[in-house]
Parts: sequence; C-alpha cells; structure tokens
Amino acid sequence: MIAARGLSIALADRALIQNLDIEIKAGECWAVLGRNGSGKSSLLLAMAGLRRPSAGEVRLRERSIGQWPRRELAKMVSIVLQDESADYWGSTLDYVMLGRYPRSRTAYSEDPALRNQALSLLGELDLDGHEAQPYRTLSGGERQRARIAQSLMQDTECLLLDEPLQHLDLKHQLAVMQALARRATAGRAVLMALHEPAMASRLCGHVILLYDSGRALHGRIAEMLTLNNLESLYQCRLEPADRSDIQVFVPR
Amino acid sequence: MSVNRRALVMLVLLAVPASLAIAVWNGSVDIPSPRLLAALFGGGDAIDREILWGLRAPRALSAFACGALLALAGTLLQALLRNPLADPFLLGISGGAAAGSLTGMLVGAALALQHVFAFAGAAFAAASVFAFSLRPSGWNAYRVILAGVALSAGFGAVVSLLLSLAPAAQVHGMLFWLMGDLSGATNPLPAWIVLGITAVLAQFQAAPLDLLALGDDKARSLGVAVLAAQSITFGCASLATMAAVLLAGSIGFVGLVTPHLLRLLGVHHHRLLLPLSAATGGSMLTIADTLARSIQAPVGLPVGIVTALIGVPVLLVLLARMRG
Repeated sequence: MIAARGLSIALADRALIQNLDIEIKAGECWAVLGRNGSGKSSLLLAMAGLRRPSAGEVRLRERSIGQWPRRELAKMVSIVLQDESADYWGSTLDYVMLGRYPRSRTAYSEDPALRNQALSLLGELDLDGHEAQPYRTLSGGERQRARIAQSLMQDTECLLLDEPLQHLDLKHQLAVMQALARRATAGRAVLMALHEPAMASRLCGHVILLYDSGRALHGRIAEMLTLNNLESLYQCRLEPADRSDIQVFVPR
Repeated sequence: MSVNRRALVMLVLLAVPASLAIAVWNGSVDIPSPRLLAALFGGGDAIDREILWGLRAPRALSAFACGALLALAGTLLQALLRNPLADPFLLGISGGAAAGSLTGMLVGAALALQHVFAFAGAAFAAASVFAFSLRPSGWNAYRVILAGVALSAGFGAVVSLLLSLAPAAQVHGMLFWLMGDLSGATNPLPAWIVLGITAVLAQFQAAPLDLLALGDDKARSLGVAVLAAQSITFGCASLATMAAVLLAGSIGFVGLVTPHLLRLLGVHHHRLLLPLSAATGGSMLTIADTLARSIQAPVGLPVGIVTALIGVPVLLVLLARMRG
C-alpha cells in the first residue's frame, strides 16, 4: 500500500537513512525502533509526504507521494506527530472532529452520525465524558489519546504515528496499541515509531530497526527482535525475561 | 450552537444598527429626533439633510468600516502568527503609511496626493515583511514578527524626524493623524469595498485557520494548502490594515482587543470569530468616535484615546473573570 523505494534521508549532512526499501501492505502493523536521533521521526515525516527525502521516493498506491494532491493524500494517509501544538481553544470533541476536514471541507460537521463516530472513538480511547472539555485543559496523556482519536477520525488506509505511547500509562498504552492493531486487522496499514520493544513484539507483525550511520534492518518481528539485535540497537546490555511465547528483554 | 452563543451573536448583530443610529443621532448641532427621522427618509429641512447625509452618516460609516477592518486584520494576524499579541500595527504597515502620509503633508501635497504617499508607504512595508518572511521551506511566523517590529521601529524614527522637521503649524495635524482621527474621513466607500472583499476572502480561510493552530505539518497532513492559506491570510490582513489606516490614521487597540474580547466570551472557531470580530470592532469604533466628538464638542478628541479608555478596562475585567 505504502512503500519506500531506495529512500535516503539526511539531516544537516548526516545520513539518517540510506537506501531503505520497505513495503507496508494492507493489514500489516509495523514498528520503527531506534535510539534517540536515529531518524524515526524523519522517516515518518517522509512517509507522510511532509519532508522531501535526499534520494529515492515514497510510493502510495503505485504513485509517488509528491504527485498526490494535498487533500487526496489527507484522505489516505494520517500522521500523529511527536510534537503537536496544545494551542487549540475548542472542545475535545471539536478537536477530534477536525480529522474530518479532508472529507467534509468544513472544520466542524454538525452531522449526528459523524458526531457519534467521534464520540465512539473517544470511548475507544477511554476519553468518555471529556468531549465537552476544552482540549487545552486535558492532561498530557489524555491529550495524546485525543490526538490519536483525531487521527483515527481521519479514517485513512495508512496510519503513521510518531511515538503514540508517549505520556501514556500502561493501561492506556495497551488500549492505544490494541486500537491500532484493530485498524491493521481491519485492513489498514500501520507504521509507528516506538520506544517499547515489548509492546511492538506483542502487537506488531514487522519491525524496522534504525541503526546509526543510516544502516537499517527490517523484517518479521519474531526474527528481528533478538537479544543481539536489540543490544546493538540500543547499545546497552539486556537479558531475556522469563517468557516462552514472545521475546521480551529487560535492561540488565 | 449553545443558547449563550446564539444570544451573543444576536447581541453583536444588534449592536451594528444600534451603534450607527447612536452615531447619527448625536452631534455638535442638536437636531430633534422627528426632524432627523424626516431627513433620514429624504424629507424635512435641507440643512438637516445635509448634516445627516453629508456629515454624520459618512463619518459613522467610516468609523464602522475602520473598526471592522482593524478587528478583522487583528483576528487574522493572531491566527496566522499563533501569537495573541499580534495586531494590525505589528506589521509596520501603519508605520509605513504614517511615514508616507507625513512626508506628503510636509511637502505640501494635496489631500489626494497624501493618500498616494500613505498607500506607497504602507504597500512598501507589507511587501517587505512578506519578502522577509517567505522562505522556500515555507512561511515563518518568527520572521514575520521580527521583520514587522524592525520596520515599525524604522518608520517610527522616520516619523519622529518628519515631526521635528515640520513647521509648528503642521505638527498638530500630523499628531492627530498619528493618534488616529476620523474627522477627515468623508468618503467611506473605498474602505467598505475593501471590507467586503477581505471579509469574504477571510471567511473562506476560516477552517484552514482553525487547523493552522495545530501547527504547519499537522495542518498539511489534514489537507490544508498551508502556504496558500497563510499568504491569503497575510494579504487580507495587510489590505484591511491599509484601508483602515488610509481612512483614519493609526487607531490602536481595536485590532488587538476585539478578537480577545470574543474569545473570552467563548467564541473560538474562526467561521464565527471572523464575522463577529468585524461587527464588534465596527460597533466599538463607531461608539468610540461618537464619544470622541461629543465629550468636548465642538472640539473633537482623537478617537484612539477613547478606544483605549474603554477597551483597556473592559478587557481587564473579562480577563479577571476568565477561568483557567
């Protein structure tokens, strides 16, 4: 559905990603793991068509992403950014409804069916009862879930998320991961940058490991998340936790 | 729309004819209401008709257009720059117009030519800010503010220079222009035309302006043509400011305060905030101008003084009552 072809990204002359070839198919959920500054956000921005790569291209439905008109693209690809402005003065429900903008051309639809859809997304992310609360008065974790709800409201076939679990407690980390996994099961393509290998191994099928100097490994999560790979990725000593069904590693 | 919201909209819409009526009913010559009503519908005394249609109506309509233009420009700029302190005079446009207009006065140009000078100064300022803020990567609010502040400071120095060079007889007129004064505003039509155009163009940007609050990248990912939206917004704000300044000089405060007033009353979406700002700003300036020419009648005060005297306490009271 969405693919990187020979993608290279450089930031201030430092190669972050070199010659990456991946394809995320409908129904797949991918995680991007890597240390701080390894290029996870840059990769997501390039995949969303918001940054021009230094070489190669991103293809969406067999067409270069830069060739899609902005609004058409917004109907197919959504992105939750790592930093988003908290300067929104309206209610939480209004904030979620902004996700309909690419399809409705007005910022706030009065359509009761869409309103119910937004309310059910708030419910799915455990924000029941917050719909009338001003967005900027939400707590950090609540705001993060409202941003994800807005992105789900955009109803795109391809979902990109930069650290969707930031600010979230364990319960809500799981709720968000399950909500995203459900979208993948329903045939969407999901790609998210994470700092939680254990969450990735539980709910993602594929992973991209971003090493320094532009080197990247990618593949099925069961084959990629090995002790060796993760120790060299994070450059710290790890040891396996006592589990038999999935790989979980904790710092030593 | 909640009941409160609806009541607020009704109130603002009622204030428009009310403020214009108050402006037309009051003046240095006391005309009883029946005679004014007769003159309003084309009858009555010829002198009454002349006072109403030749003096008071143009002045009231000028004040309204000016206030509406400034409030609209302020609302647009606060959204564009994501800065609550943005106001129409931040961009250096009024400074440019002032420097141009005072130059025109100093060289003894006719009134029409003074307007050409003022327009040239304002257009130069707007174009400079635009050129400094636009980069291949996109628009940069930080650059807009810095370029605007720098240009304003430069024009401020030019204005001081012109004031010190001007003969004493001209200084009074120049000071009135600088403080904002509607006594020379006799033809409101150009300002109303600009108001109509900018208000309609701005209304089409209402939804993109809401989305721009989330940041450029986020707005882009939601399908907003960010650069186009920002350029149109900047263009509308510049044009509105220019039209207001050419009509009445630099009237402060209306552009800064009106959008805040409405936000504190709970209006946040630009599709409502933009038209209500224009209506509120227009009504406020119309009332302020009526006061300015009535307090010390027949000598008029600069209306800018009155807008500050009313606007500052109102805003502070609302601010004190704001929750959170």
